[in-house]
Formats: sequence, structure tokens, C-alpha cells
Amino acid sequence: MDTLSLAFREAAGLIGRGDATLTAIVALSLQVSLSAVALASALGLPLGAWIAVHRFPGRQSLIVLLNALMGLPPVVVGLLVYLLLSRAGPLGPLGMLFTPTAMVVAQTILILPIVAALARQVVEDAWREYDEQLRSFGVRPFGASLTLLWDCRFSLATAVLAGFGRAAAEVGAVMIVGGNIDGVTRVMTTAIALETSKGDLPLALALGLVLVTLVLTVNAGAHVIREAARRRYG
Amino acid sequence: MKSPESLLPLTIDAVTFVAGGRVILDRISAEIASGPRTVILGPNGAGKSVLMRLAHGLLAPTSGAVRWQSLERRGERRRQAMVFQRPVVLRRSALDNVVYPLKVAGLARTECQRRAFAALERVGLARLADRPARVLSGGEQQRLALARAWALDPEVLFLDEPTANLDPGATREVEAVIAAIHASGTKIVMSTHNLGQARRLGDEVLLLNQGRLVERGPAETFFRQPATAEAAAFIKGELPWQ
Amino acid sequence: MAMTRRLLFWLAFAAAAAPAGAQDRFITVASTTSTEQSGLFGFILPIFQKSTGIQVRVVALGTGQALDMARRGDADVVFVHDPAAERKFVSEGYGVGHRDVMYNDFVLIGPKRDPAKVAGGKDIAAALQKVQAAQAPFVSRGDKSGTHAAELRLWKEAGIDMPAQKGPWYRETGSGMGPALNTASSMNAYILADRGTWLSFKNRGDLGVVVEGDKRLFNQYGVMLVNPVKHPHVKKDLGQTFVDWVVSPHGQRAIAQYAIGGQQLFFPNAAP
Repeated sequence: MDTLSLAFREAAGLIGRGDATLTAIVALSLQVSLSAVALASALGLPLGAWIAVHRFPGRQSLIVLLNALMGLPPVVVGLLVYLLLSRAGPLGPLGMLFTPTAMVVAQTILILPIVAALARQVVEDAWREYDEQLRSFGVRPFGASLTLLWDCRFSLATAVLAGFGRAAAEVGAVMIVGGNIDGVTRVMTTAIALETSKGDLPLALALGLVLVTLVLTVNAGAHVIREAARRRYG
Repeated sequence: MKSPESLLPLTIDAVTFVAGGRVILDRISAEIASGPRTVILGPNGAGKSVLMRLAHGLLAPTSGAVRWQSLERRGERRRQAMVFQRPVVLRRSALDNVVYPLKVAGLARTECQRRAFAALERVGLARLADRPARVLSGGEQQRLALARAWALDPEVLFLDEPTANLDPGATREVEAVIAAIHASGTKIVMSTHNLGQARRLGDEVLLLNQGRLVERGPAETFFRQPATAEAAAFIKGELPWQ
Repeated sequence: MAMTRRLLFWLAFAAAAAPAGAQDRFITVASTTSTEQSGLFGFILPIFQKSTGIQVRVVALGTGQALDMARRGDADVVFVHDPAAERKFVSEGYGVGHRDVMYNDFVLIGPKRDPAKVAGGKDIAAALQKVQAAQAPFVSRGDKSGTHAAELRLWKEAGIDMPAQKGPWYRETGSGMGPALNTASSMNAYILADRGTWLSFKNRGDLGVVVEGDKRLFNQYGVMLVNPVKHPHVKKDLGQTFVDWVVSPHGQRAIAQYAIGGQQLFFPNAAP
């Protein structure tokens, strides 16, 4: 309890005086996770919609695989991406290891299954409702998947937020591919891990509080936008 | 308005439809010509909806064939449209809902907007053009679906029990729109289990029961002097339970 | 809608890509958690950067991991504290130009109530024997780090073959110094730590230094360039500049100046 109250006070202090290091770490965290979410959505939403609307051999197995990949352990993803990007690995010459770009790549891989699997579920449920009418208009499956993506945008927003939450909260992947380099690849979660291992628990908790506040703010903002849009478009 | 090569007559040639081991339609043959409003009548479970979907092209027959007289599809444009029992509206404004199939058909943007608005006016929904379609009432949504189909200027309009879910007031409004569409030159093919509606809207009647075509004839003759006992029983409401 | 999403995506991607290319004069140094967490790098690296304009990016792992990372070519310089492993690294051809940099010492940390009765002693081997005899809880890093290697060496000096002869009292956490200290603190266990990390460690609980000063607790740090012949992409000029600076009078002075609570953590001992 003592540590907790100390942590709250430290968190308030850090935020209040706009600590420069904290600001930089928060900015990088947002940059990395939001980029990963954008990339994962750009890839995952159409992928999920495509699977929902098309029928092909092996479809059921693919769906099971996609759902299972939602539980991919971040540290495993980090390890795999590290081996890919390491100088000794196939993409070594790119020199991407220990950069924010590597972190974006790892997090994108991590949350792509989440976005795609949830999108597939949402679009498939909608497809059952819209199927006949859209086919009646002569809409081709590809066009149908795009129409459904837009029509289900509110449910899909939740899927995207789920992806963001996962990305912002994970430490295993960004630690390995980023290296937690001070001033370059240190994000909130790796900073928390560092302060914990240095035994500075109040500071670690304080950073944790800041992180939770951040994620809450993003979710609250998304909720407000969603509700406003829902009222306008039904 | 109508191309020299008309879609009609539609030939339904010994069409059978089997699903889940059950025979839903059993060797139905009929020719649907242009002109009169055709009503497909029958009790629930007779196979009316399946027949409509086969004719429209949403389902493929297990055996037999559905043939139009000329090419049913000109590029992206379909020359026939369908309105379902439950209207499916997209999560956008009423106007955008009518614009959507026009865009799919490849029309230019301004043309889409113009036609869509005109269609909404004709069905009496112009003042709701910017309202989100999903908040409209059941009757308004069905009229929206009709406007959407009408805007495509189809040669044939299929309607599958369009007022089954609506109250009498909304039913009246929808029937008025259907009459207007017919007056503008579109062939109407409508299914219903409602005798009163069939009497009001039908020029010719096809009676379906248990997957078979029982009787067919001009509406007046059908209702006054049905040729088959089954038809007579149906009109009296005494058709045996399925 | 699709346009907005596409625009956002490119913006986000551009923003993420920007920092990666921002600094061209930088090197990657694979080092240990003790040098980073003690705060040494936070102190001396800005001095180096000011003097040379080279940014040093430190990836802090255990010594074993750091050397493995360098073997793969993912670092330009290594800065670790396991002379035996460093010699092996050089003999394998992965490192060149090895220099001793600085030393500090290890200390045996233990709980105030001291079940093994080792407090105040100056003989680490005897102390470890007493810990084993008392079956007192002992936390080992178990992570192939310099500290772990030193710990195993000291058990050997005490005539005990670890971890072969371990019992349930011997807990291997497989983690860095900090997390291991956290574990020891909550378990009230004995643990071997480097003085630098201990001095900057905040979650001490009931732990304190129980044995120090034995010559065998000497902890030597070394630095070297990753062999550019094995890994041609290694930034050998910038890396060598760092190695040279760290053993230069300027660098050595910076190391000596670093203190916590008035106490110097690392003692420069580079040969001139």
C-alpha cells in the first residue's frame, strides 16, 4: 500500500512537470503502437473480410489457425522477428534491428491475427444478413467485403482497439527487437521492466499508471467518436 | 425505356430444387410474360420464396433451367431487381442506400444522385433522404428498398412477401408504391400468402402448394371460379396443414 | 473512408520510420545489465557524445547474451565482465583489440537475520560453504552472465560443484541482476551481486552486504571491437573511437567520477 501511494504521487509528479524523458517515452510508445495498429488494420481488416466472404478449400482450418494466432506470445514473436532482422538472419542487411521500425514490425505481426480474426467474425455475421441483397445488386465478393467492412465499422473499431490494447501492453516483443535502448527504443513497457529490475518499484508503478491512463484515454476518445458517429449513421 | 430485346418472357423449365434431402420444388414449369402483375400465391412452406430466388438467380435449380429471353446482365447492370421480406439497409443515409446499387451498376456519380433522389421522391421519402436508414420504421425501410430497386429501372421486379412484416398502414403505402412501379412499365412478380393482397394487386395468379404448381390463371377467374379443388380449398382457407 | 484510412496509415508509417534514420553517427554496444542499471552509461556516454558526436546505443543483456549477439553481428562493440568468455570470444575470431577497462567487486548480499552466520566475513569460499551447510535460500542469476560465471567460479573455489550439487535452497531465476535481487529481497535469500548494481538498487528489503573484500571477488570489465573481418558491416572506425576513448585518460577519468551517494562504483584500470 505504501508503494502504491508513493507510486500515485510519483505518477502525478511526472505528468505534472511534463518530465522530458517521460514525454519522449510516451511519444515513442504511441508512435510504435499506433503505427502497428494502422498497419495491422490496413492488412487485417481486408484479410478478415475476404475470408468471411469467400469459400475455398481449407477455409475452416485457416479460420481456426487465425483464431489461435490471437494468442501468440509476444516474446515468441519478438524472438522470431529478431532472428529475421539479425545481421546473421535473412533480412540482416536492412539494418533494422534495434530501431523503432523493428518494433512496429513485431507488433504488427502480433496484432494482425487479432484484427483479422475479429474482422472475419464480424463480417461473416453481417454477410449472413446482407448476402442475398448484395448478390441481388450484382455486387462481386470483393466489393461485398469492402461494403461490409464499412457497414460494420463500429464493431470493427472495437477489434482495432483490441489490437491497440494488446500492442500498447506488450513488452516481450519490443524488448527483444528494440533492445530497450535509452533514448532510441525505450517505450513505456520496457521502461517499466527496467525500473522494476532496478528495484525502483514506485517509479515502475508510476510509469504503469501513466501507461494505463494513456490506454484509457485512447479508448475513451474512440468511444466518444464511435457514439457520435453511431448517432449520426445508426 | 424498354430495350428492343426484352428480358421477358421468363421461362421456368421443369425446375426442381432439393435441399437438405427435402424436395422443395417439384418440376415447376411456367412462362412469365410481360404485362400483367403476376402473383405467386400459396401457404407458408409452399416454396414461393425458393421459386422467387431461383427466378432472380440467387439460387441454382437442382434440375431444370431458368431462362430469360435475352442477356440478363448488361456488363455490371442487372436488368431485374428484387425486394425481400425483410429490407436490408446499409449503415448510411437513406439517399446513400439508393445510390449504392446505382454505383455498383456503374453509373456516374451525378447520375446516381439524381436518380436516387427522384426515386425517394416517388416513394414519398424525400424528406428522410439524409436520415440514417437504420433508424427508419419498417414500412419506411421497405419503401426505401422499393426506391432502391426502382432507381435501377429494372425490367422485372421480384417481390418476396414484401409486406409480411408490416402493419396495415405501412402495407397500404407499400402496395401503392408497387402499383406506381407497375404503372411506370416494370413487370411485377410478387409472392404472398395473403389472399386479400393477391386480390388487390394480382392480374394473374400462380398457386403453389407443397412444391407443386397447382393452378394458374387470370386473377378474376382464379378467385371466382378456381379450376382445382386444392385452389378452392386454399381460397376458403381450408388447405390442409403441411 | 478508405482514403482517410490510407492517409493515416502512411502518416503513421512515416512517423515510425523517421527516428530510425535520424542519427547516422551511432554505434551499437552490447553490454551487461550491471553497467547500464548502475547508471554508469547514463553518466559517461553523454560525455563521449559531446566530445565526438557519436551516439552510443547500448543494448543491455547478460554477458553471455551480449557475446552471442555480437557473434551474430548485431553489435559493433562489446563491453562485458567475464574475462574467460571474452578470451574465448577473441580466440573464436569474433573480437579484436581487447582492452581491460575498469573493475569493481562482487559482494555477497544476505538477509539481516543471517541464517548461515556469514556476516562480516572476508572469505567468500568459507561463506559459500556455510550457506550450503545451512541450506539457506540462495538466489542465482542462472543466465550465463558475467556475474553468474563469477558465482559458479566461487562455488568451485569453495569446493562445491554448482549447479550439479544444488538443493531446493538454491534458486536459479534465469534473469538479470535487478530481477534476481528483487527475488532475493522478497525471499530473504543470499545472492552474489556486483557492487555497482547493488549500490543503485532500491528495493533492498531486509538485505545488506554480508561478505566483501575477498580478492577473489574482483570483477574485471573488458571492451573490444567486433571483428570487422567476420562482420564487414561493423562500424569499425566509430567503434574503435569508442574503445579508444574508454581506455583513454579522458574516458577513465569519467568512469572514476561516477558515484552514487558519494561512493565510487567502478575503478578504471586500463593499461596505458
